Amino acid sequence: MSPVTRTVLVTGISRHIGARLASVLAADPAISRVIGVDTVPPTSLTRDGGAQLNPLGRVEFVRVDLRSADIAQVIAAADIDTVVHMSLMSGPAGSRPAMKEHNVIGTMQLLAACQRSETVRRVVVRSTTAVYGSSPTDPAVFTEDSEPVEVPHTGYGKDAFEVEGYVRGYARRRPDVVTTTLRFANFIGPKVDSPLTRYFRAPILPTVLGFDPRLQFVHEDDGVEVLRRAALDDHPGVFNVAGDGVLLLSQCLRRARRFWIPVPAPAFRFLGEGARALGRMDFTPDQLALMSHGRVVDSGKLADEFGWVPKFTTASAFDDFLQTRSTR
Amino acid sequence: MNAEELLTFAARRISGRYEVDEFGYDAELNDKVILELLRPLYRHWFRVETIGLHNLPPDGALVVANHSGTLPVDALMLQVALHDEAGRAVRLLGADLVHRLPLLGHLSRKTGHTLACKEDADRLLRKGELVGVFPEGFKGIGKPWSQRYKLQRFGRGGFVASAIRAGVPIVPCSIVGAEEIYPKIGELRLPARLLGLPYLPITPLFPWFGPLGLVPLPSKWLIEFGEPIRSDEVDPAEADDPMVVFELTDQVRETIQRSLNALRLRRGPAFFL
Repeated sequence: MSPVTRTVLVTGISRHIGARLASVLAADPAISRVIGVDTVPPTSLTRDGGAQLNPLGRVEFVRVDLRSADIAQVIAAADIDTVVHMSLMSGPAGSRPAMKEHNVIGTMQLLAACQRSETVRRVVVRSTTAVYGSSPTDPAVFTEDSEPVEVPHTGYGKDAFEVEGYVRGYARRRPDVVTTTLRFANFIGPKVDSPLTRYFRAPILPTVLGFDPRLQFVHEDDGVEVLRRAALDDHPGVFNVAGDGVLLLSQCLRRARRFWIPVPAPAFRFLGEGARALGRMDFTPDQLALMSHGRVVDSGKLADEFGWVPKFTTASAFDDFLQTRSTR
Repeated sequence: MNAEELLTFAARRISGRYEVDEFGYDAELNDKVILELLRPLYRHWFRVETIGLHNLPPDGALVVANHSGTLPVDALMLQVALHDEAGRAVRLLGADLVHRLPLLGHLSRKTGHTLACKEDADRLLRKGELVGVFPEGFKGIGKPWSQRYKLQRFGRGGFVASAIRAGVPIVPCSIVGAEEIYPKIGELRLPARLLGLPYLPITPLFPWFGPLGLVPLPSKWLIEFGEPIRSDEVDPAEADDPMVVFELTDQVRETIQRSLNALRLRRGPAFFL
């Protein structure tokens, strides 16, 4: 099905899921080379692993700032045939403009390089269900062809929405290349570090008064597995990826055995800003919308195309996260 | 519930280990708490009687009912009726105003309601659920006392298109009694506009008696389910044909109006003295 020699490029390997994907691909004998790029070297596996000396195995790390045109040289030099674009940042590590530049300009540079390349024949992009936005008049369940009722106009959702636009443009210009866009629900798992996991690790949790959003999670193991499958076989199209079922925020809080304080929406926003200033959490307006109205997607198309469903349901993924959280 | 059941129920609720479906429907909370609270109103206040329960098909169907009474008490009573008398969980399609409101929006999801939109209606019907809809919307529920039991326009017939696409029967449902619970004899236009509400009623008791004015008048209720109207004889591709949709919409509307008229006569006066 696939050519004998395979060279895979993974962007964003300094962070957890990217690093895990790179090491899984490196362990596959069918793949000859795995090249990981990021602005900083990967640390997330060595940080708490300890026992493993070289957990990334034969992954070759190249320090590249995606916002520069250097990525084109990496792609040209290595005869890369598969690109897995993972480096979308969900929360601003530094400032919001830097995050936007990293996400949007980084993707543009990467796709520009892929468009020039003669060897790239498969592009997998990590996106998010945040592209559907979150509003009280949303349909209860989003499918891949749903238009957002309110187009996300801030933060991660907006970036991902724009990134997907560039991916569609690329797919139109290079119909010979298989492009797969995976819209992930919120990642959760023992080692996931996201605004939402930081929220659930806080000792006392504010909630938005009068709202009990429906949430969905995808376990990190399933996230890595679906990315691996997309990198190894042709699955053209856009796919939602979420664990089966939903949890209400109130259920999550009860399962987590945490205290929560319902606060009016403006106060919640204020607390979010405060937490953000302290560098503790990131509650951008799109997070506030999610914590008010929630969001649910249908992953049926993924199951049909990949012949695979996430091993963890939304509830079991959350429970797995809680179990490891308590032993930390 | 005996004491032991109550304890396990409470433990399950406190630990968050219960199921909620993708629409946010919390069946356990609905059956054990919400409907329990509505039951006295259903049984003793309105003394609701149901007719024609045998007309409910065993599988998925769309129940189309008239809407009245200023506040959507008729929707809740229909829900109790279908749960208690027919053992069916009905999934009601509600106005987006309800879903925009804090507390109420999410409570209504927990009781199995969802937004009245094409996607949600189609999805529920595809899953074989019993879906309930009030096509008159605010025009029906907010109509003045003088218009009582006169069906208003049935929206744009979106519900009929959904039924055709899913190939499920339409069950016409007539509710008599809800018109009299808060007779709307006037309107407070300016405050309504300021509050962003479709209307703010003046009833014999509201706003004169304050919160006491929110007590519904104890009218006698009848809920009748009519013979199902087939929609599977229409080709699903014709769900987009406005002519087909309008015709079927009219047929449903006329059926409900006829049965409302007959039901009103059968009930007699709304209030027993």
